[in-house]
Amino acid sequence: MVVNNKLNSRVYSKLGQSGASFGVGLLEALKLYPDLIVLSADMSKTAGLDRFKSMYPDQFFNVGIAEQNLIGIAAGMSSEGKKVIVTAQAAFISMRSFEQVRQYMGYMHSDIIAIGIGAGFSLTFFGNTHYAIEDISIMRSIPGMTILSPSDAGQATKALVAATELNAPVYIRFTGTMNCPIVYNEDYKLEVGKAIQVKEGTNITIIATGSMVYNSIKAAEIVEKEGLSVRVIDMHTIKPLDIDILKKCCKSKFFVSVEEHNIVGGLGTAISELIASQNNFPTLLRLGVMDSFSHPGDYAFLLKQNRLQPEQIAEDILIKNKSII
Amino acid sequence: MHNVEKYNYLKELSHKLRLRILELTYGVKKSGAHVGGGLSCVEILATLYGSILKFDINNPLDRNRDRFILSKGHGAIALYSVLEQVGFISKEELDQFEVNGYPYYAHASRNLLKGIEFSGGSLGLGLSYAIGVAILCKKENLNNHIYVLLGDGECDEGLVWESLMSAAHFNLTNLTVIVDCNGLQSDGYTSVIMNHSALSDKFISFGFNVIDIDGHDLNVLHDALKVKDLTRPNAIIAHTVKGKGVSFMENNKKWHHGSLTSDEYEQAVSEQK
Repeated sequence: MVVNNKLNSRVYSKLGQSGASFGVGLLEALKLYPDLIVLSADMSKTAGLDRFKSMYPDQFFNVGIAEQNLIGIAAGMSSEGKKVIVTAQAAFISMRSFEQVRQYMGYMHSDIIAIGIGAGFSLTFFGNTHYAIEDISIMRSIPGMTILSPSDAGQATKALVAATELNAPVYIRFTGTMNCPIVYNEDYKLEVGKAIQVKEGTNITIIATGSMVYNSIKAAEIVEKEGLSVRVIDMHTIKPLDIDILKKCCKSKFFVSVEEHNIVGGLGTAISELIASQNNFPTLLRLGVMDSFSHPGDYAFLLKQNRLQPEQIAEDILIKNKSII
Repeated sequence: MHNVEKYNYLKELSHKLRLRILELTYGVKKSGAHVGGGLSCVEILATLYGSILKFDINNPLDRNRDRFILSKGHGAIALYSVLEQVGFISKEELDQFEVNGYPYYAHASRNLLKGIEFSGGSLGLGLSYAIGVAILCKKENLNNHIYVLLGDGECDEGLVWESLMSAAHFNLTNLTVIVDCNGLQSDGYTSVIMNHSALSDKFISFGFNVIDIDGHDLNVLHDALKVKDLTRPNAIIAHTVKGKGVSFMENNKKWHHGSLTSDEYEQAVSEQK
């Protein structure tokens, strides 16, 4: 079992989501599926798979820089009854091999866990070719796909273990960089499809995912200085969306969605779709990448450019608050 | 192949497949079917299912079964026909070809109980999948072989080449790739649309043992499928004729996907001997 505590959380944080998940979570997953197989498209070192490779050389395959073939080979292996985990950069696993993901994981329902490393802006100076701000949108459109978006490195390790227990196609996006902020210092149970309220509040509800959970908690603290009470929810599973928790918060003055992703098609869109079908739900302020490409820079620069730093999130929430009588 | 009885059986099987493909095509009337590419791979499928593949219709999930993966998914009409002949699919079931709500349509959907290994349709995807199957079967020392059928037009797809590259890299001696080289694709001759001149040379350079054969000659097909290089993945470039066996369909791009009038159907059937 992956245990979260103050010490572990710090170690995980240093490794980042990918490093922690592949360095720690994968070894836990192996206890459940000792013969599981890991494939990578020339990304094993970057993903933090060196330890696994040296410990289980017969269970690791590198298919080269060929993401389409990566998913195809994984599907063939899965058809022979194996649990298969594949990893490549989020931009390429979601876009270069979209049709393969749709065909093999969606239509053929292959039991594959696809892990997109470097989602959002984590590849900083690599530029827009390497940012994945569309992957949630793409994966959401595939029937039967489960999408996980962990909020810190400890949760990333739990997400991998939870995904292996699902026996279904899963996409996990890893956001943030190494030394990523810690959301959880204590242990908890991660259940796929069950969001977690990480901060209580009554007036406004922020629903955040991935790296933006931490920034949303910080934003909430800033907003609360203005006398408002703000709840924060960690929506670690984007599909299926936890509708129950949102229904419980529907007395909020308004909802805010925050994601390191385009506002088109991501978490905000998923919540909008729910709101559109419900009576008496609050309106929604969608924060994220405003349907634009970015000027490359370091991670903090990119978040600031897209108004995703805590002070900016707080500012936008206060503006929205004022606009509602 | 020096067994007259077997040869006659495969010939008879091929004859039945052609008649059934024509019947199914005529049956769907104006909506049409992929008849040309179905007819070009008749002998390949007849030889595989009639003489090469190891399978048991009463034990379709046997892990040691040979796998046949139809990557040129529009050849499903021929695949269904041969699966019917060997007993996986009943006549009554296949009579529902392209009937609303029934599972037999232009591109086959994976159903191991019916002998269908792969959900085909999107070109280039079957080979990649087969590579994964072959790696696993080899890793687990299964006593089987993986056969994949590609179209020559399908070889335009980039994924085919990613997959071929990985076959030799993973030393898949349990894999045989057959290319139904009928020289035509939807828009015309492959040599005009996208010329893969010297396809065999390309396969050789990708690390395959390659043999070029007449894809309608049952004797040659049988021997090519039977004798394998045990040190490398194998490839058979099977030169075929699109629409083979029906004079007005042969080498005519119109019959990549077409429908038959009653006169055409009668003529096509009358040409089957």
